[in-house]
Amino acid sequence: MSIPESVKEFPRPGWVVLRARRLTLSVRLDRRVPAVVLTLALVLLAALVLSVSYGEYKIAPLDVLRAVAGMETSDPNHLLVVRGFRLPRILLALMIGAALAASGAIIQGITRNDLADPGLLGINSGAGVLVVGYLTFAARPNPALFPWLALVGALAAAGVIYALAWKRGSSSLRLILIGVGLASLGGALISYFLTKLTLFNAQQAYVWLTGSVYGSTWSEVRLMLLWLGVLLPLTFLLARQLNVLNLGDDLATSLGTRLELHRLVLIGLSAGLAAITVTVAGAIGFAGFVSPHIARRLVGPSHEGLLLCTVLVGGLLLVVADLASRWVIAPNELPIGVTTAIIGAPYFAYLLYKRGR
Amino acid sequence: MQAPAVSRNRTRLIGPSALLPVGLLVAAVLLVAGLAASMAVGAANIHISTVVEAIFRYDASLFDHLIIRTVRLPRVIAGAMIGAGLAVAGAIMQGLTANPLASPGVLGINAGAAFAVVLGVYLLGGLPLLGYGILAISGAGAAAVIVYALGSVGRGGATPVKLTLAGVIFAMFTSAFTTAILVLDSNTFDQIRFWTVGSLAGRGWDIVLWMGPIVAVGLLGAMLLSRQITTISLGQDIAKGLGQNTALVRALAAVMVILLAGGSVAIAGPVGFVGLVIPHVVRVVCGMDYRWILPYAAVAGAMLVTLADTLGRVVQRPQEIPVGVMLAFVGAPFFIYLARWRVR
Amino acid sequence: MEGIRTSDLSLAYDREMIIKQLGLSIVSGEITTLVGPNGCGKSTLLRGLARLLKPQTGEVLLDGKAIHTMPTKQLARQLGILPQGPTAPEGLTVYELVAQGRYPHQGFFQQWSDEDAEATREAIAVTNMVAFADRPLDTLSGGQRQRAWIAMALAQDTPILLLDEPTTFLDIGYQLEVMELIERLNRERQMTILLVLHDLNQAARYSDRMIVLSDGQVVADGSPHAVLTQALLAEVFKVRANIVADPDSGSPVCLPYRAVGAELIATPRPRREL
Repeated sequence: MSIPESVKEFPRPGWVVLRARRLTLSVRLDRRVPAVVLTLALVLLAALVLSVSYGEYKIAPLDVLRAVAGMETSDPNHLLVVRGFRLPRILLALMIGAALAASGAIIQGITRNDLADPGLLGINSGAGVLVVGYLTFAARPNPALFPWLALVGALAAAGVIYALAWKRGSSSLRLILIGVGLASLGGALISYFLTKLTLFNAQQAYVWLTGSVYGSTWSEVRLMLLWLGVLLPLTFLLARQLNVLNLGDDLATSLGTRLELHRLVLIGLSAGLAAITVTVAGAIGFAGFVSPHIARRLVGPSHEGLLLCTVLVGGLLLVVADLASRWVIAPNELPIGVTTAIIGAPYFAYLLYKRGR
Repeated sequence: MQAPAVSRNRTRLIGPSALLPVGLLVAAVLLVAGLAASMAVGAANIHISTVVEAIFRYDASLFDHLIIRTVRLPRVIAGAMIGAGLAVAGAIMQGLTANPLASPGVLGINAGAAFAVVLGVYLLGGLPLLGYGILAISGAGAAAVIVYALGSVGRGGATPVKLTLAGVIFAMFTSAFTTAILVLDSNTFDQIRFWTVGSLAGRGWDIVLWMGPIVAVGLLGAMLLSRQITTISLGQDIAKGLGQNTALVRALAAVMVILLAGGSVAIAGPVGFVGLVIPHVVRVVCGMDYRWILPYAAVAGAMLVTLADTLGRVVQRPQEIPVGVMLAFVGAPFFIYLARWRVR
Repeated sequence: MEGIRTSDLSLAYDREMIIKQLGLSIVSGEITTLVGPNGCGKSTLLRGLARLLKPQTGEVLLDGKAIHTMPTKQLARQLGILPQGPTAPEGLTVYELVAQGRYPHQGFFQQWSDEDAEATREAIAVTNMVAFADRPLDTLSGGQRQRAWIAMALAQDTPILLLDEPTTFLDIGYQLEVMELIERLNRERQMTILLVLHDLNQAARYSDRMIVLSDGQVVADGSPHAVLTQALLAEVFKVRANIVADPDSGSPVCLPYRAVGAELIATPRPRREL
C-alpha cells in the first residue's frame, strides 16, 4: 500500500527498547522512564539514609553508610541502632510502599477507575474483621496468630468479592460495587467489635487497623522480601496485559487477551501484594491509591514504565511517611498510616488542581 | 472515572400514578404499626394494647407506661427521624450528582462530621449527647463547603467527577487527623468508639426535641425542592435549558442534606446504608419523579431503621446489637443483590 | 479464504433475544455494511461475529472453524474489531495506543520486536497520524482520535476488520476522511471490512454490499442499488423517500421527505373559531 512521503520524517519514537542479545526478551519503555527512575532511585536512597540517621539517637549520614556496610564507626552503638532497630522498620516501610503501590496500580488498571484502591478488594476489612473478631471472641488471644488471621481474612475477602461479582463473567463495575458494599459491612463489624473489647485491647487493635511499622523485625523483612521477589516480577511481566485491559473489555478481547484468566491472575496479584502488607503492618491506606496517580503524571499510562515508577513512588512515600511519623511528635510516634495520608492528600489535591486548569 | 451504569429498570411496581398516593398512605400506616410493635419489644416485652394505652391514656403510676413514655417512645421517634433523614439526604445526593453510589460518606460529609466530633471531645474532654449533635452538624457543613470549593477549582466548575474526587481526598485527609487523635488520646478513643458504631440506645426526649425541628426543616425543605431536583437529575445542561438556576438549587439542596445528615448523625452517630439503599428501592416502586421519591424514601427509611433497631434488641437478648451494625447486616446483602442483578 | 459464515446464530443480552437463528456469510475482500433502524440488532450482530458475545445457539465460523472455540490470540491475528466509542486511559499517546495493536503478535518475554515497531509506524503513517504520534489522545479532535483507533486496529494486521459506527459523532469532513481510509484499506490491502453504519447514503456510497436488519432478521441483502428501494425504506425505516443517483459516484442516495404515519400527526386540527 502506498505510504505517504511523511514517513521518511517520522519522528524518533519516544521509546526506549530494551532487548537482550541472546534471550528472546524485550521491553518497550516510555522515553521519560530511565531519567525518572534514576531520579526517584537517588531521592529514595537519600531519604533512606536520612531516615536511618534520624532518631532519638542521631547518627551522621556517613556513619549510617558505614554501619549498613558492617564497618566500624566511631561509636560501637551505631551498629546496633542502625542494623538492629532502624534498618528493619525502614526497609519494611519501603517494601510495604512498593507492594501497596503495585497493588493499587493493578486494581486501577483493571477496573479503569482512578478511585480504586486495594481496599476495594476487601483486603483491609477482611483482615480487620478476622483479627479484631478473634481478639473479641477468643478466650485467650494469641498475638502470634494475628498475621495468619490477617492473611486468611484478606485473601478470603478478595475471593468472596470476586465470586459475588461473577455472573457469566466478571465485570469491573460489579467488582467495585460489591467491594464497596462488603467494605462497609466490614467497617460496621469492626466498629462493633471495638466497643466489646477492653479499652487497652481496643486501642491496640485500633493502632493495628491504622497500620504501624513500630517494632519491626528482620524476620518480617525477610518474609516481605520473599513475597515481593515472587509477586513483583510477575506483575511486571503482565504489564502489557494491563495495558490492554485498560482499553476496556471489548478491545481487550478483540486484541486476543484471555480476559477472564488475565483479570483473575491480576486480581490475585493485587490481592496478594496488599494482603502481605496487612499481615506485617496492618491496614495502611492511601499509598495504594495515590502512588499510581503520581507515577502516571511522571511517565504516562503505559504500564511497562508505570509499574516501575509506581513501585518507587510508593516506597518513597512510605519511607518519608515513616520518617515523619517518628519526627512530628517526637519522642512519641504516630502510626505510619496516619502520616501517609497527611503527606499524600495535599499533594493529590494539588494534582487535581493542576489537571483542572 | 466512569459513572456507574446501573441499568434503570423499565417497569415500576406501582403503575398508574393514581396509585402512588394510596401506596404512600399504606406505607405510612404500616410504619405507624411498626413503630407501635417496636415499642412492645425490649428487655421486657409489653403487650401492644398497653403500648397504645400508654400513649393515649397515660398513667404515670404504671411502670410499663413509664417505660413506654420515657424510654421507648423517644427511641422509636429518634429511629424514624434518622431513617427518614438519611434516606432523603441520600436520594437528594444521588439525584444531584447523577451518581447512584453518592451518599454522605462518599462526599466527605461523614468524615467532616466525625472529625469535628473527635476534635471537640479531645479538646473539651467529654460532651453531652447534644454537644455531639452540634459538632456533627457544623463539621458536616464545613466539609460540604470545603469539598464544594475544592471541587469547583479549575475549568468546568464543580462537575460530579471532580466533586467526588475532592470528597474522597477530603475524607482521607480529615480521617487521618481523626485517627491521629484517637491513637494518641485514649480518653477520646474510649468515648468515640461507642459513638462511631451508630446506636439508638438511651436516646431520650432531650435529643429528640433538639434535633426534631432540624430534621423536620430539612424534610420540609427537601419536599419543597423535589420538583427542582427531578429536573436537575436529568442533567445540569437540561436543567439550565429549562430555565433553572442550577447553582441556587444545588446550594439549597446541599443545605437540606446537611440538616438531614447532620441531624441524623447527631442523634445516632454515623449510620450507613440507609442513604445508599433506600433510594434505589424507592425508585423501583415509583420511578424517577422526586416528588414521589422523597416522601416514599422518608417513610421507607424510617421503616428500615425501626426494623433494624427492633431486631437489634431482640436477636441477642438481653444484650443489644447497635442499629448501625444491624443496618449493615440488612443493607449489605441487599446492596450486593443490587450490584449483581442490576449491573450487566 | 472463505471469510465469515454464521449458521443458526442467536444472540441475546440477559434473557432478551436480539438476533434469532441467523444464517449469513461475509465475502472476503468486500466492504459489507450492516444497516437498520435503532435497536434492530446490528451492533449486537457485529459483537457476536467478533466473539464479544457468546451465541445462545448456532455458531460463527471463520474459514470453517468456530471462532468461540479458537484460541483467542490466534483469532486476534485474523480478525480485528473497533467497538463503538472506545475510551483510552488519560494521557495515552497515539503511538502508545497504536502499539497496543501488536498485542496478539507478542509473546510473554518477547514484548517488542522490530516487526512490532515497523507495523506500528506503518499504521500511523497510513492513517496520516505521523504529526500527532507523540500527542496524548485526549488533546486530539474527534476525527484524529478515530483515525488513531483505526491505526491501532491496523497495527493488529488482520485480514478482516469489523467497525461499529466509526463515523458517528464526527463532523462531515472527518466522516468522509474515515470512510475514504476504509475504502483505501479495502482496495489496496484487500482487507475484508464489515461495518455498522447509521447513515444510509454513506453506506450506499462506500460498500459493495449492504445488509439490512430489522428486529434481528435480515430483511434485505445485496448491492446498494438492489437494497435501497422506496418500499424497503417505508417498511423498515418508516420513511417515504425519493431515491436518486449520486451525480458523483452514481450510487443511490435516499432523500426522505416524510415519516410513515406522519400523515396522521400532520393533519391540521380544526381551528376553533374566535
